[in-house]
Amino acid sequence: MARRAWYWLLALPFIALLDVPIYDRIDPRLAGIPFFYWYQLAWVVLTAALLGIVYLATRERGR
Amino acid sequence: MNLTVAVFAALVLLASALGFTAARRKRGELRDLQEWALGGRRFGTLLSWFLLGGDLYTAYTFIALPALVYGVGALGFFAVPYATIAYPIVFLFLARFWNVAHERGYMTVGDFVRGRYGSRTLELAIAATGVLAALPYIALQIVGMKAVLAQLGGVVAFGGGAMPLTVAFALLAAYTYFGGLRAPATIAVFKDILIYATIAAAIVIVPHALGGWHAIFDAASKALATPLHPQPLLIAPQMQFAYATLALGSALSLFLYPHAITSLLSAKSADVVRRNAALLPLYSILLGIIALLGFAALAAGIHAAPNEIVPILFARFFPPWFTGLADATIVIGALVPASIMALGAANLFVRNVIAPISGRIPSSNAAATKWLTLAFCGLSLLLVLYMNVKFAIYFQLLGGAWVLQTAPAIFFGLYSRTIPARALLAGWLTGMVAASYLAVSDGFSPLVAFHIGSFSMTGFIAVYAVLVNLAVAFAATLLFRVRPSEVEVA
Repeated sequence: MARRAWYWLLALPFIALLDVPIYDRIDPRLAGIPFFYWYQLAWVVLTAALLGIVYLATRERGR
Repeated sequence: MNLTVAVFAALVLLASALGFTAARRKRGELRDLQEWALGGRRFGTLLSWFLLGGDLYTAYTFIALPALVYGVGALGFFAVPYATIAYPIVFLFLARFWNVAHERGYMTVGDFVRGRYGSRTLELAIAATGVLAALPYIALQIVGMKAVLAQLGGVVAFGGGAMPLTVAFALLAAYTYFGGLRAPATIAVFKDILIYATIAAAIVIVPHALGGWHAIFDAASKALATPLHPQPLLIAPQMQFAYATLALGSALSLFLYPHAITSLLSAKSADVVRRNAALLPLYSILLGIIALLGFAALAAGIHAAPNEIVPILFARFFPPWFTGLADATIVIGALVPASIMALGAANLFVRNVIAPISGRIPSSNAAATKWLTLAFCGLSLLLVLYMNVKFAIYFQLLGGAWVLQTAPAIFFGLYSRTIPARALLAGWLTGMVAASYLAVSDGFSPLVAFHIGSFSMTGFIAVYAVLVNLAVAFAATLLFRVRPSEVEVA
């Protein structure tokens, strides 16, 4: 049951990326790149990290 | 220019040679379909990573994505959220699909549908949709190759590059025929190393030459701005829903394509699939950087057919030998997915289109699938050489909207059999008609606006169609009033 709870972490990328108004702006820029672009690129990395965490937390050992 | 062509030709030939070595390194019997089409289902994490990366991030992506950004600005960036949220879907659903397929020995989504629902009509419908969606996708890989050949110029581009394209496709068909999935898997490792090298160079050299990202974005914004769309670096408020549905619809359909399923099922365990869900986003970062090259092309003042801007950027900013390497990367990047697509589509066609029509059980012999792979390669080449490129693009767009209509049967089938085959079939049929109608009625635009009074909502046609599909499937389930069959938890 506790394993299932970890899966909810994977809802975050959907909320963060499909709710477009939260990131549809230019400022603040990062290294000259508008927020709209670096925010989405940052979520690529965050999603990978979340998947890594959920993988390690839900891995079945000894199989 | 000569050095560029020499490096280019040498690398493409080396990649083809690698493809042929795959057939020689024998482990297992290549006459067996499981061996030939799925590499014996024994690929580990690293090889699966290279194979899926090579399969999903295609040459066409590397050409078309910057082209889209170059043409429309921010909206073209939807591929990044798409290629991000696809991975939680892989982790949750496709790992489970791998488990079911492994237990029951399924090789395709068609096998899965037949096994789950016991309906050969639904099997046929789902499989035919996958085959139809795969064909234009192969053709677009050739379009990507053409863009590179045109830029290389000279004898290579003669006659629209028909000669080198035919040679490249003959080689591709041959090593796929002999080596099966192992051939593209071997080349994929080589291709991905070249891709990382090319993008690493591009991200250092291009912004440096153009005065940094701040300058690139400002120049691109000026170049793209129109009175109607004054802020092209952002999504206009009325297009935000379109952006989200493009990302979500594409992410849901990504792994319904036969080439994605083929690569997925070649993994040796569901754990390999899950680990890859966490590792594959690395390619999505490349994808994002490549998309930004569309802005770089605008900032560099390049005026060309959108599909040609990436090879032009390479030629302008890279030294000649590295331009050859970068161009070879795109062409090899087309050969890997084209090979897997032809193989996956052929396997699906033999097992789940021909077999149900002829009433036979699919054979475990690879012969028929191997021949059909050759036929699909030839067909795609003809499509590009003799048809308008626009036709291939429209066909691929429609294919993307069609393939999403197979989602309900597959995703629901992973968890329960509450929705019976005929309800899913009714939903699929309505979804296919709706997707086709929406695409054709608006001049093959992927987006369509719905107006309710003064309120209008623009969204991705594939998503609208799948909503209709689901509504019909649910309604039909109630209508048929089937006994609530036992919910199976596999």
